[in-house]
Amino acid sequence: MAEPLFRVRGLKVALPDMARKPLLGNAPMIEILKGLDFDLPARSVTGIVGESGSGKSTLGRALVRLSEPQEGSILFEGHDIAHLPEKGLKLLRRDLQMIFQDPMSSLNPRRTIGAIIAAPLKQNGMADNLSERVAEALRRVGLPENFAGRYRHELSGGQRQRVGIARALALSPKFVLADEIVSGLDVSTQAQILTLLEKLADEMGLTVAFISHDLSVIRRLCRQVIVMRSGEIVESGPTDALFAVPRHAYTRDLIAAIPLPEIDPGWLYGEPVVAAGP
Amino acid sequence: MTACLEIAGLSATLANGVRVLRDVSLTVEPGEVRALVGESGAGKSMIGKAVLGVLPPSVRTAAGHILLEGTDLGTLSPKARRTLIGAKTALIPQDPLTALNPSRRIGPQMTDRLVKILGWGGQQADQRIRQLLDEVQIRDPARVVASYPHELSGGMRQRVLIAAAFAAEPRLIIADEPTTALDVTVQKQTLKLIAAMQRERGTAILFVTHDLGVVAKISQRVSVLYAGRVVEEADTAALFAAPRHAYTRALMQATPRYTDPAASLKPVDEKVLAELALEVATADREWETPHG
Repeated sequence: MAEPLFRVRGLKVALPDMARKPLLGNAPMIEILKGLDFDLPARSVTGIVGESGSGKSTLGRALVRLSEPQEGSILFEGHDIAHLPEKGLKLLRRDLQMIFQDPMSSLNPRRTIGAIIAAPLKQNGMADNLSERVAEALRRVGLPENFAGRYRHELSGGQRQRVGIARALALSPKFVLADEIVSGLDVSTQAQILTLLEKLADEMGLTVAFISHDLSVIRRLCRQVIVMRSGEIVESGPTDALFAVPRHAYTRDLIAAIPLPEIDPGWLYGEPVVAAGP
Repeated sequence: MTACLEIAGLSATLANGVRVLRDVSLTVEPGEVRALVGESGAGKSMIGKAVLGVLPPSVRTAAGHILLEGTDLGTLSPKARRTLIGAKTALIPQDPLTALNPSRRIGPQMTDRLVKILGWGGQQADQRIRQLLDEVQIRDPARVVASYPHELSGGMRQRVLIAAAFAAEPRLIIADEPTTALDVTVQKQTLKLIAAMQRERGTAILFVTHDLGVVAKISQRVSVLYAGRVVEEADTAALFAAPRHAYTRALMQATPRYTDPAASLKPVDEKVLAELALEVATADREWETPHG
């Protein structure tokens, strides 16, 4: 296999536990990621799946250095970016882009869609031919060019998420972090957005970390999967193999818990109800 | 046999005359789980709210009848209507955190309905609640009763609300996306719990959801909603064996399925949506004529 785009070793991230913060003084730190080792192969979509609190978003934020890890290394194209200072990060931003879960809160309500897409271009010294670049970014995600003059509230949920994708891809990044980008959308819109992301990742040769709680979506989109629970990697590997023979009991439980759209009385009445204690 | 719930020709409009429910008819037989499935804006929650008599002030019922065990709610005085709805129905809401008052302990929140609306004695209500908490497999009911909502996990909060819904032995439960906010493993436990309690008591459930997977598992019959209209109604088994309406087929093909990734997640065909829009427009024209 080719050299991975990301090589992560011993990644530990701790965040302040605000629930236990004393009135005066600092909150105690709570370890979210407990020493992760994994690679992200270049030009390929990797799924990161887990339930709430598993640390999947924290992992994503560390990869694009929205947060600084306590320990471990994050090799991006061979360079350790784990503790890169702000100045060095600025040069990286062009290569590391994000698409967020909720396009409503990640798009500025007071700026036009055109201005929103143009902002990262200006930041990264690509201000020439700005309107042409914005128009191209919109075309790429299947939106008409005149959307550049609209505001976020004039768009549907699916259109907003297209803008989120257009903004992330305007800089032609090497890596895109997609954190639960379809969980707020209806199934019909979800299918459109995923098909679009699939096509663009392929055309532009993107490396994508696709964070999701939905294994069915991961199965369709990702070549390999990382399964997380409580800040640790439970299992990882090629998607086909993982679904064919899940090695870890937790992965099997996750797969078995998905309600497939087909009749199966055993799913609901088969085993006794498992109690999860208080 | 009288239906537990019968909705006949229900139409609702906003103040500006826009219809949000279009001639909705459906029945829920005693002891059955009837799913109501649709995408956002389809009006599925609106139907549940209409039954419970809690439509937002901006929505007006323009036509139709709602019958609870044969009694037409429209013929009752507001007070009699509230009493009847309170005695016969209960709600399992989507988001347990917003449904529970953050500044009150769980116990009193759960007994409120029994004591204040149904006139139970305090001790009797308290006993009943503990028994139900035990039934939803909360291991330490005494601790949970004394807890505040934020001290419980999402799955626990939802089980508390399930217990509360079943506490007064309602004939009909409106379950409005009760597992949407839950993790997939917790969702499965929660669905199993609802199904087991429903079966044991023969409670009828109107189960509102956007997830065809959940429909397949929990319901015996299903109504598919689009733009406030029932586009297809069928036995659940028949619907999944052979969906008749183009929109139902499109929804099924758009739903992700890990067993068949190539055939799932198909974007909905624009033609299907255009035809639906036409159906809706035609229905609205026909509706406007007799109603002025």
